[in-house]
Amino acid sequence: MTEFLLGASAFVLLTVAVGLVCILRGPDDVDRMMSVQLFGTAGIAALLLLGAAIGAAAVVDLALILAVLAAFAAIAFVKAGTHMASESDEAEDRA
Amino acid sequence: MKAIADLFTIVAVVAGAFFFIAGTVGLLRFPDTFTRLHALTKADNLGLGLVVVGLLPQMDGVLAGLKLILVWLMVLLASATVSQLIARAVRRGGPKP
Repeated sequence: MTEFLLGASAFVLLTVAVGLVCILRGPDDVDRMMSVQLFGTAGIAALLLLGAAIGAAAVVDLALILAVLAAFAAIAFVKAGTHMASESDEAEDRA
Repeated sequence: MKAIADLFTIVAVVAGAFFFIAGTVGLLRFPDTFTRLHALTKADNLGLGLVVVGLLPQMDGVLAGLKLILVWLMVLLASATVSQLIARAVRRGGPKP
């Protein structure tokens, strides 16, 4: 069972690696952020599989932290984007 | 009993891995931002859910299993919120998706 779970973990990590191509390719910052979201979700799955394979219960805590961090990263991205957009709108209004 | 639990784990984890592939392929191949967001936030959460369900028989106790389910619920909540926020930000960005 351990071998199967380790193999599944490696496989999920491989799909993350393929998804990271999207960071290079773009075409937009939003697409890059979605690739980061993919990294969050699939990274959690890979961590859980790894934790079950090697019998380390603490890995579940890591997965929980990764879930929170991925959500915060995306929310920070959206907040920063809308903030800059509204600032540039104001600049256009003044001009 | 152990064999049945192991078989259940294998089937569910393989199904979850399939959905992860589907999400990645969707992210790479779909034409615009909204469809990519759709592929990503749905397929990946289903994949994670199947992996969690598959791992439940391998856990030591009820508490460890509940914690796994908690991780999944956390991810579902975060992903639903974030997908709405990203879609709204893209829509406000202009007519070009």
